[in-house]
Parts: sequence; C-alpha cells; structure tokens
Amino acid sequence: MQSATVPTDSPETAARQRWMAVLARAETAELEAAWAGLADKPAYRLLRKPEVGLVMARGRVGGAGGAFNLGEIAVTRCAAQLADGRTGFGYVGGRDVRKCELAALFDGLLQDGARQSALLASVIAPLVAAQEARKAETQNDAARTKVNFFALERGEDAK
Amino acid sequence: MSQIALKAGFDDSVHDSQRVFRALLDAMSRPGRIVTPSPPPELPAALHPATAAVCLALLDFETPLWLAGPDIAETRAWLAFHAGCPFVATPEQAAFALVTDVAALPALGDFALGSDEMPERSTTLLLQVGRLVAGQGQRLSGPGIDGTAWLDVDGVTASFWTERAAACALFPRGLDVIFTAGPALAALPRTTQVED
Repeated sequence: MQSATVPTDSPETAARQRWMAVLARAETAELEAAWAGLADKPAYRLLRKPEVGLVMARGRVGGAGGAFNLGEIAVTRCAAQLADGRTGFGYVGGRDVRKCELAALFDGLLQDGARQSALLASVIAPLVAAQEARKAETQNDAARTKVNFFALERGEDAK
Repeated sequence: MSQIALKAGFDDSVHDSQRVFRALLDAMSRPGRIVTPSPPPELPAALHPATAAVCLALLDFETPLWLAGPDIAETRAWLAFHAGCPFVATPEQAAFALVTDVAALPALGDFALGSDEMPERSTTLLLQVGRLVAGQGQRLSGPGIDGTAWLDVDGVTASFWTERAAACALFPRGLDVIFTAGPALAALPRTTQVED
C-alpha cells in the first residue's frame, strides 16, 4: 500500500489520527446530525462494508508492569470510497455499523485539503467540545464522592 | 496522500465466500468437474472472475500467498486489502500460490509438497489457464471419479503433467491444483491420476 510510506510521526498523520479518534468517540446521533447538515454530500460507495470483529485490548499496571490481555472488545471497521477517489476509513469501538460508516465518510472528506479546515471547524470542533463536556461531567460525578484522608496528630508522639 | 484506486470485494463477504467455498468443494471432490462460482462485482484486471472468487473465499491473514504473473501490482493491493493475506518471496513458503499466467509457472518441485507427518502443509496452486473443457483431453481417474473423467486444460505444457505426476507419486505428500479460466474452475487434487 502506498499510504504506508507516509511516516507515522508526520504532522498529517498526527492530524488524521486526532480526527479519527474524535470521530470514533462521537455519538451516532451527533455524526448523523453533522452529516445531515453537510451542504454538499459526496457520492460514495463502500469498499468494505461495515463489519464487526473482536480486538484484544491490552493493559499495563504501573510503569514497570508487563502488558497483559485485558479482554476482547468489539470493533467495527469500514472503508468508504468517495466520488473523488479518496478512501476514508472508520474504526470504532462497539457494534454500531452506521456510526462506523459515517466516521469513514468524514475521514474521507477531511483528507480533502480544500474542505479540511472548514470541516475541522464545523464538525470536529463541536464534537471535541461535546466529548470534553461529557468527560468533565463524569469527573465531576466522581469528584463529588471523593474522600480525603488526613493523618491527625494524636498526641503520644508530642513531647 | 497518494491513493490506489481500489476495487470493491464481495457484496456480502460471509455468504458469498461460503457459496464459493461450496462450489470449490464440489470441484475438489469431483476432479474434472467444471463449476462456476459467482465472482465479486469488481475485480483486478489481471484476475479471471473465478480466480478472484476463489482468492476472496480462501485467503486470509493465516495463508501466506506467493503471487506470480504479469501486471500483478493491482492484484496484490486488492488482495492485501480484501483478503489481508501476507505475501511471501518464494513459492515453498506459500500456503497458496496464485499464478495468473502459465508462462510464469516455476517448476512444481519449487512449491511446498508437505511432509509425511503433515501433508496438509503443501502449497495449493491456483493456476489461471486459457480454457477448460470437460469430456476431452487428459484422462482422469481416482477418488471422486466414477470410472474415468476427461479434462482439457488449455495452455499447460507436457512438463507440467510430468512434474505433477512426480510430485503426487510422493503421496501423502503432493500438490493440489485449482485451474481457473474465465468464470469456470476445475480442481485436481493430489489423489487424481492423470494420463494422456
């Protein structure tokens, strides 16, 4: 594959990784609304229809701990080819095939330099904001039940 | 970012592959019988419809493929995407060998013939030929054939048949061959005896 020649640490790759991650974390309804709000939807066909498979998620305990298999998670993947020949890929957690298809379509559109900045502002930025709001809410919920322990001076050591 | 204009694969990969596998099973268990599996809607220019169907049904990430023939870059990209099979540099490392033109076929002894303990580790050869006709040509006999059957394979040389006979004389080691021509395919497992 020619695309494999793009170095993994190039700025384009990093930018694409970022938007693909945002698309994968988005809610289906959000992506559906963004797609509906798109002014000129491209014609497309699916090179690889959305298919669900299992991926082994690995974890690590502590900095020195060895990696261990946490368990398998469902992942859906899809490849969509747009009318201009660009191919968008969607890899999303879960079994939502429509979400995966939409993620692939947006990935394809975002590779178009002419539309990229407009789409980053109109689609990706609101998704990031919504995801950060959800994350903050979860953190707030957790913080409310946080218990702080203090070591009280009991007197026997005090001389 | 550069893109290869990839062609699509099976419409319904699970069920379409199963149908092709069933057709292939018929061909393998009745050597000399010509079957026509339903091909994917789009295929690389270098592949015949039957070859493309068999590749998508049989190849996956666990089947190393050795690919030979003219203009195979598109085929290679297409198989890497849809089948996800690894490609190997020498025929003896391959679980499947796809030869799109008989002229590119190496000596059959170059393929893996399996071992006596593990005869299934042999290479299965997918060979694209010009034409397949049943009822004439080579005389076939052996398991799966009631008496005799005839199969005419257009394009293979006399040395192919000698080398195949030599490889299959090592039974249980040997070489299974699937011939494809246009939409049709026929199989020649290692147990089949071939005479002129």
